[in-house]
Amino acid sequence: MNASLLDVEGLTVFLPVEGEERPVLRDVSLSIAAGEAVGLVGESGSGKSMTARAIVRLLPPGARTEGVIRYRGEDVGSLRGAALRALRTDVAMVFQDPRAHVNPVRTVGDFLTEGLRTHRRLSRRAAEERAVRVLDEVGIAAGARRLRQYPHELSGGLLQRVMIAAALLAEPRLLLADEPTTALDVTTQAEVMALLDELRRERELALLFITHDLELAAAVCDRTAVMYAGRVMEVRASALLHDDPLHPYTAALAAARPSLARRADRLPATPGRPLSAFEAPPGCAFGPRCAHARDACHERRPELLPLAGGQAACARAEELRGLLRDRNGKPVVSHDHA
Amino acid sequence: MTGITVARRAGAGTIRRAGLGPLGTAAAGVVVVAVVLAVLGPALSPADPNASDFASAYAPPAPGHPLGFDGQGRDLLARLLEGARTSLLGPLLVVALSMAAGTALAIAAAWAGGWLDAAVSAALEVVFAFPGVLLAMLVAAVFGPGLGAAVVALAVAYVPYIARLLRGAALAERGKPYVRALEVQGAGALAICLRHLVPNLLPLIAAQATLFFGYAMVDLAIVSFFGLGVQPPDADWGVMVASGRSGVLQGYPAEALLAGGCVVVLVVAFNVLGERLPGAAGAGGRPWRRTGLRTGRRTGRRGGAA
Amino acid sequence: MTTPDPRGPVLEVEGLRKTFGDVVAVAGVDLTLHAGGALAVVGESGSGKTTVARMIVGLERPAAGRITACGRDRSRPARSARERRRRGGEVQIVFQDPYSSLDPRQSPASAVEEVLRLHTSLDAAGRRGRVAELAGLVGLDERQMAAAPSRLSGGQRQRVAIARALAAEPRVLILDESVAALDVSIQAQVLNVLADVRERTGVAYLFISHDLAVVRQVTDDVVVMRGGAIVERGPTARVLDAPAHPYTRLLRESVPRPGWRPARRALRTGQDDELKESR
Repeated sequence: MNASLLDVEGLTVFLPVEGEERPVLRDVSLSIAAGEAVGLVGESGSGKSMTARAIVRLLPPGARTEGVIRYRGEDVGSLRGAALRALRTDVAMVFQDPRAHVNPVRTVGDFLTEGLRTHRRLSRRAAEERAVRVLDEVGIAAGARRLRQYPHELSGGLLQRVMIAAALLAEPRLLLADEPTTALDVTTQAEVMALLDELRRERELALLFITHDLELAAAVCDRTAVMYAGRVMEVRASALLHDDPLHPYTAALAAARPSLARRADRLPATPGRPLSAFEAPPGCAFGPRCAHARDACHERRPELLPLAGGQAACARAEELRGLLRDRNGKPVVSHDHA
Repeated sequence: MTGITVARRAGAGTIRRAGLGPLGTAAAGVVVVAVVLAVLGPALSPADPNASDFASAYAPPAPGHPLGFDGQGRDLLARLLEGARTSLLGPLLVVALSMAAGTALAIAAAWAGGWLDAAVSAALEVVFAFPGVLLAMLVAAVFGPGLGAAVVALAVAYVPYIARLLRGAALAERGKPYVRALEVQGAGALAICLRHLVPNLLPLIAAQATLFFGYAMVDLAIVSFFGLGVQPPDADWGVMVASGRSGVLQGYPAEALLAGGCVVVLVVAFNVLGERLPGAAGAGGRPWRRTGLRTGRRTGRRGGAA
Repeated sequence: MTTPDPRGPVLEVEGLRKTFGDVVAVAGVDLTLHAGGALAVVGESGSGKTTVARMIVGLERPAAGRITACGRDRSRPARSARERRRRGGEVQIVFQDPYSSLDPRQSPASAVEEVLRLHTSLDAAGRRGRVAELAGLVGLDERQMAAAPSRLSGGQRQRVAIARALAAEPRVLILDESVAALDVSIQAQVLNVLADVRERTGVAYLFISHDLAVVRQVTDDVVVMRGGAIVERGPTARVLDAPAHPYTRLLRESVPRPGWRPARRALRTGQDDELKESR
């Protein structure tokens, strides 16, 4: 990989909960090259959203961070004032629920042009022209009319496209998209995903795409990192993730999702529930739920090590290689459900 | 699996998790001390609160009479203790009556909706127009002075405030899937309200009751001060402030200051406490609230998120 | 579950309509669910699928149309407490949100027991035994059944909601996006529970969902709704493998799957959004 745009090394984050510090991220390492799209996939409590927040220094108050985040070689943790603002324009963020991130009593035009007029000192006219151009780019026709509308007049999909347009107006190099399509209908999701994919290619924009959906990440991302209990379990080229997973958790996640093409008698469901970082046992965090776990897995935490062009945090990754799928091409996991 | 212990009510975490903070704990302490003194009052009392001895009018503290005497030579400490009873009992009755009526109206309106909701809201709007103290004085003027009339009048005046607040919370609770599921099961409205709605609104009701206790105390003291509530010679802090007025002019402010101070300290304590109770933050019914880190995330259309 | 007529319809909906003000939410829907069957109602937000479910269980009053469950009409609100309970014993529902599906002050065992008290004449010991049976059916242990709901995960709460619904021994269970808010690994567990439950109790499912892969896993037949009306119906496998209606095809093409590339359809004109807004 060429020079990284973003480098996260050994990121550990603690948050205060009821008077005690609880880890939400443990030793997360991740890098994104300029123009690269990386998926961040995980279930509840995996820490995928917290990772994005840590990158733009938007952690909740009282958070304590260890490790280093470098954006274009600069330590994000040391940025203050103007430098921090510069980071936040260079790294834009799109959230799951667009309605929670717009002011409902201001028009789309106000929302889109505010930054241009105050920070870039564009005239109202020039700012609106730019906004209309970007709206067109995200597939919203009749932009001039849209600028006069209020958020509640737009559908969820349309509003999410406005949010993407707002992110693009700052001309970012890196876009952090936190479940941007989760609240949308499937057909709208497909369009927004196509849009993100197209935009990042046209603009050579780097993308960190956060989702719970392995296939969705694979559709637009070059590489995908799979997180569990605040840790990165596997990083792999997206195209290989489904057919040649390196970590039992990835295989289990792919197998648990029902198929559109056939009905399984019973789904291969992993027992137990996803853990948060603070609940994770001392050994491998996935160990208690893993069908392939050995005694050693519960004793020592496996490190994220390079393997087969990717990385995996599994003590048995190498010997399990290729065995995580059965004869029918279906991933092998235990079949009980507790 | 052989039989399952059917826990009637799971856990008692509500109060334990309350987390009143140092100020709230102090306020709770003040309230507890006041209640204990009011209950044990006569037993602790150094003298008969109504025994007057004009020879010791406005006499300073003396052995056995740590606070001295009032204008009629009655022991001040004995009267304060005696007054604590009526001064706490009155608000208690006001709060109990207004809370019961307000909760019942709120839940009935929220449950039935439609015309009943509209009718209750309209009726409450009318009562809203009357300040509590004014209504109490009006009632006293018509039915004659006394604690009973004042209590009922204040309770009526408080109902709209309580009902309005609880109606919103009840409406939110009523729309929750667990309530809907019980309806679909065919459970009766009354059973659902009594067994599920009210218990889940209880933290909010408790917080409101505590706040309104403070208001009721002030309002009743005002009514008694004007001679329309508790009647002399019965001891009451409001009555004592009124009867202590002449003493203030003559340079003996002890009676008015002590009685007034008691009211102020307790009202502050009730307010502080009411604002720190678990239900105070707003619509109750979530005493266990998940301790997770996610705040207000949408229960998405598609799958969970971190 | 003791009812005659093993394969007859347990739920029939004819010409069902619902309007909210000027908005037509459901515009003439016909459905038939057979005993022990599993019928999916698929659609996106605003398709009217949830409104159909709410009308069937009596939480919403139809503007027109007929709803018949177990041969009895339920198009109008129940008149008596007895009628209400009887309807409760015919059709039950599990909602989407696991976090508010249980009374936060009531243990799962107590919630299930409350329903048993309402619908059966079992004594305390009998109810305890039945609670244990139902818990076993949905895969919950004794400790979980006695826990405060806040100590349970979303998946466990949905299992409790399923057990509670089954306590009334309904012939029809409506699952209104009941697995949509669950994590993937938990969703798979609950889908397996649903398969077990149907196999063992013979209850029929009306499965309201936007998720075609889940629909394939759970149901035998499907109706596809759009804008309050049904656009396509048939066996689930046929409809998903060879969709006839363009909208069903679009839905199917929009599902992320291995090798999927999202298509930017009709985006420049924004037609679809105009359509959605006008509704």
